[in-house]
Amino acid sequence: MSGFFVRRATRSSQIGLALVLLSVPVLAAAPWWGGPATISMLVEVLVYIGLASLWNLLAGYAGLVSVGQQAYVGLGGYTLFGLASLFGVDPLLAIPVAGLLTAVVSVPVAGLLFRLRGPYFAIGSWVVAEVFRLLLANWQLLGGGSGASLPVPVVIAMAPDRFLRLAYIYWTALGLAALTIALVAFLLRSRFGMALTAIRDNEIAARSNGVSVTRTKLVVYVLAAAGTGMLGALISLAHLRISPDSAFSVNDWSVLVIFMTVIGGIGSIEGPVLGAILFFLLRGALADLGSIYLIILGAIAIGVMMLAPRGLWGLVAARTGWDVLPLKRRVFVTKPES
Amino acid sequence: MPDPLLQVDRLDAFYGDFQALFGVSLAITAGEIAAVIGANGAGKSTLLKSIVGWMPARRDAVVFQGRPIGGEPANKVTAAGIALVPEGRRLFASLSVEENLVIGGQLKRPGPWNLARVYKLFPVLAEKKHNPATSLSGGQQQMVAIGRALMSNPLLLLCDELSLGLAPIIVKEIYAQMASITAEGLAVIIVEQDIGQALKIASHICCLQVGRVALEGAASGLTRQEIGAAYFGV
Amino acid sequence: MDWVNTIIQGLLVGGLYAMFAAGLSLIFGVMRLVNIAHGDLTVLAAYVAYSIIAATGIDPLVSILLVVPIMAVIGYALQRALLNRTLGNDILPPLLVTFGLSVIIQNGLLETFSADSHRLIAGPIEVASFGLGGIYVGALPLLQFGLAVAVIWGLHLLFYRTALGRAFRAVSDDQEVARLMGLDNRHIYGLAMALSLAIVGLAGVLLAIRTNFDPAIGPSRLIFGFEAVIIGGLSSLWGTLAGGIILGVVQAAGAHFDPGWQDLAGHIAFLLVLALRPRGLFAK
Repeated sequence: MSGFFVRRATRSSQIGLALVLLSVPVLAAAPWWGGPATISMLVEVLVYIGLASLWNLLAGYAGLVSVGQQAYVGLGGYTLFGLASLFGVDPLLAIPVAGLLTAVVSVPVAGLLFRLRGPYFAIGSWVVAEVFRLLLANWQLLGGGSGASLPVPVVIAMAPDRFLRLAYIYWTALGLAALTIALVAFLLRSRFGMALTAIRDNEIAARSNGVSVTRTKLVVYVLAAAGTGMLGALISLAHLRISPDSAFSVNDWSVLVIFMTVIGGIGSIEGPVLGAILFFLLRGALADLGSIYLIILGAIAIGVMMLAPRGLWGLVAARTGWDVLPLKRRVFVTKPES
Repeated sequence: MPDPLLQVDRLDAFYGDFQALFGVSLAITAGEIAAVIGANGAGKSTLLKSIVGWMPARRDAVVFQGRPIGGEPANKVTAAGIALVPEGRRLFASLSVEENLVIGGQLKRPGPWNLARVYKLFPVLAEKKHNPATSLSGGQQQMVAIGRALMSNPLLLLCDELSLGLAPIIVKEIYAQMASITAEGLAVIIVEQDIGQALKIASHICCLQVGRVALEGAASGLTRQEIGAAYFGV
Repeated sequence: MDWVNTIIQGLLVGGLYAMFAAGLSLIFGVMRLVNIAHGDLTVLAAYVAYSIIAATGIDPLVSILLVVPIMAVIGYALQRALLNRTLGNDILPPLLVTFGLSVIIQNGLLETFSADSHRLIAGPIEVASFGLGGIYVGALPLLQFGLAVAVIWGLHLLFYRTALGRAFRAVSDDQEVARLMGLDNRHIYGLAMALSLAIVGLAGVLLAIRTNFDPAIGPSRLIFGFEAVIIGGLSSLWGTLAGGIILGVVQAAGAHFDPGWQDLAGHIAFLLVLALRPRGLFAK
C-alpha cells in the first residue's frame, strides 16, 4: 500500500539556507572590507531588497497593488528628521519610532483605500502619497519645499567617527533587510501565509472558507507600511538630507521597486531579492543612459509580465525546482511495500 | 440516409485536469429534434459548449455541414449557423429586451427570423420591448434568450436546460412553440433534465452518463425502461 | 465677483478633467481595464500636435483634426497588439503592463523632446472673451468646455443609440455570450481603446493650448481624471462630467486661497468623497 509524506526542506533549500547563513558574517564584516562608497551602495541595495520584498508581500500575496508606498518612505524619513532635528533624538532610535508612526497612520489610510479595488486602489494609493508630499512641502517646520539637512550635532552624536557612523547605518540596513525577509518568510510559513495564498488564488473561495479577507489584508498592509517606514527613515538618514520631492518620489520608491519585483519574480521570496540585486548590477552597466535605462526596464517588465509572469526566479524555479528557503510543503509518495 | 448536418465524432472535453467527456459521438440531421438527457454532471452542457466553441475541441471532433469546426471561436461558429440558448439565459443586463434581440441578429444572416416574427412567436415580449431584459420574469427571459438565438437565423439551435428554474406551466408554454420554431426545418438539440418534456418533442434521444454515451437512438425505438436504466446507470 | 470668477474658471477646466475621466471610464466600463498610461498618452497627443504644428505651421485647433485620428489608430494597435493579451482574471498583468507603458512613454518623450516645457499658441482666440454681467469668460475655455460637453453627449449617444454602443455594453456584460452573437471581442476592445485615445487626442491638444506641458505631467493628468471618475461615480457618464466640474471648482478655490494648494484641494475633496460617499456623488 503506497503512502505519502509531506516535507518542507529539499536538497536545494538546505543548500540555499546554508549559503544564506554563511553569507551573514561576510556581509556583517563589510565595513572592514569595503570602502565608504561600497558601503553606501550596499545600504541602498539592502533598502531596496527590503522595499521589494514588502511590495511583493502586498501585491503578489495580498493582491494589494500599491503605487503609493512612497507615502510611507517619506513619512518614515520625516519622522526621523523631525525627531532628530526638533528633539535631538538619536536617529538610529528614531527608526523604530518611524515604523510605529507609519503603522498607525496606515490604518485610517487603509480604511479609505480598501474602498477601491484593483487598479483604482493603485491610483488611490498614489493620491495619498501625493497628499503627504504636498502637506509636508507646505510645512515650514521641516524645511518646506526645499527640505532640510540633518543637524550636524545630531550626526556627530551618533557615533565617535565617520567609519562607525557608516557602519551603524549599514548594520541597521542589513538587520532591517534580514528582518523583512524573515518576516515575509515567517508570515508565509504560518497559517496566516496559507490564508494569504488562498486569498491570492481565489478571494471568494477563501472568504467562504472562513478566511477574514479584510482583516488579513489590513494586517499585511500595516506591516508593509511599518517596514517601509523604517526603511524610508534609514535611507533618509543615510543621505543625511530630506526633501519632499526625494522622500515621496514615485519614481525612486514605487517605479523602481515595482520593476525590480516584477522582473525578479512576483509571488516568491527569492524573486524580489534577485530583482534588487540584478537592478544594481545593471545600473552599474547602464548608468549613463539616463531615461533610456528606464525605457529598457519598462520594456523588460512588460515582456516579463506577458511571457514569464513569475519573473526570472519563476523561470529558474520552474526549470530546476529550486528553493532557497524551505517554504513549500511538498508531497512525496512512498513506493508500495513489496 | 441524408448527410448529417452536425457530426460529433469521439469528442473529449476537459476542465483543467478533469475529463468531462469521453469519446462522445452524435449525429444530427437537418430538421431533426434531438434530446440529450442525463443526470447532473453527465456532461450535457459541456457537449453543447464544445460544439459552439466555448471549449477547446479537436478540429475534426465537431463537423458541421461537412466542415470541421472543432475548437473554432464561438463567433465563427455562430456565423456558420449554430446558435446557442445558454444555460441560465444569460441575457445582457445593460440591454433592453429589444436590444437583446437585435444584437442576436448582429450578423444579419439571411433567413426567416426577424424582430417581427419573434414578437409574433412570443407576443408578451413586444409589450416589454424597452424594459431592461433582466427585469422580466424567468419564463419571459427564457423567451428573450430563445428569440435572441433565433435572430441569427441558425441552421442548428442548441438549447441548454430551457426548463431550469421555471415553473412547469411556463416550461410547457415554451415547448409548445417548438413546432413553430422548427417549421422551416431548423434542427434542434435540447439538453434537458426534464425527461418527460424532452421525450414529448424529440425524435432522437442521446443519454449521457458520466461523460459517455449510454444510450442513443430514435425516440420511437426506445422504451421508458431502457431510457431510465441508461439515465441512472443501472 | 472674484469668487464667481474663480468658480467659473474651475467649471471650465472641469470640462477638461471630465474628458480625461471619460476616456478612462469608457475603457473600464467596456473591458475592466484601467490604463495607467492614460495621462502619458494625453501628453503624447500634445507632443504629436506640437510636432505637426512645428512641421506644418497649422493652427493648434486645426491640428485636432489630425491628432485625433492618429491617436485612435495608436489606440487600436496598442489594444490588439499588446493589451488584449493582458485581459483576464488576474489584475496584475494589465496594471503592470500599462504601468510599464507609462514609464516608457514618459521617458521616450523625455529623450525625444527634452524636459523643456512648451505650450501651443492658438492665436487671437486666446485673448477673446465674452462679458457676462461683469464677468469676463475667455472664449477658449468656453470652447473647451463646450467640446467636453459635446464629447460626453456624443459618448452617451454612441453607447445607447448605436450598434457599436450596444456591442460595447454587451461585451461588458458578458464577454462569453457576446461571442455567441458573432461579435469579435478583440476587435470590439480595439475599437473601445481607439475611441478612448481619440478623446485623449482631443484632450491632449486642448491641454497643450491651455497650459505648459512637458513629459512629466502625465501622471497628474491620470490622477485628475481618476479623481473626477471617483467623485462623479463609476457608472454614469454625466456623473463623470459633474465629477470633473467639481474637481475643477475645488482646485480653483484652493488655488485662489494659495497657489500651492491647488492640487492638494482636489486630492482632499477626492478623499472626502471616498470616505463619505464611496460610490461617488452621482452613482446610479
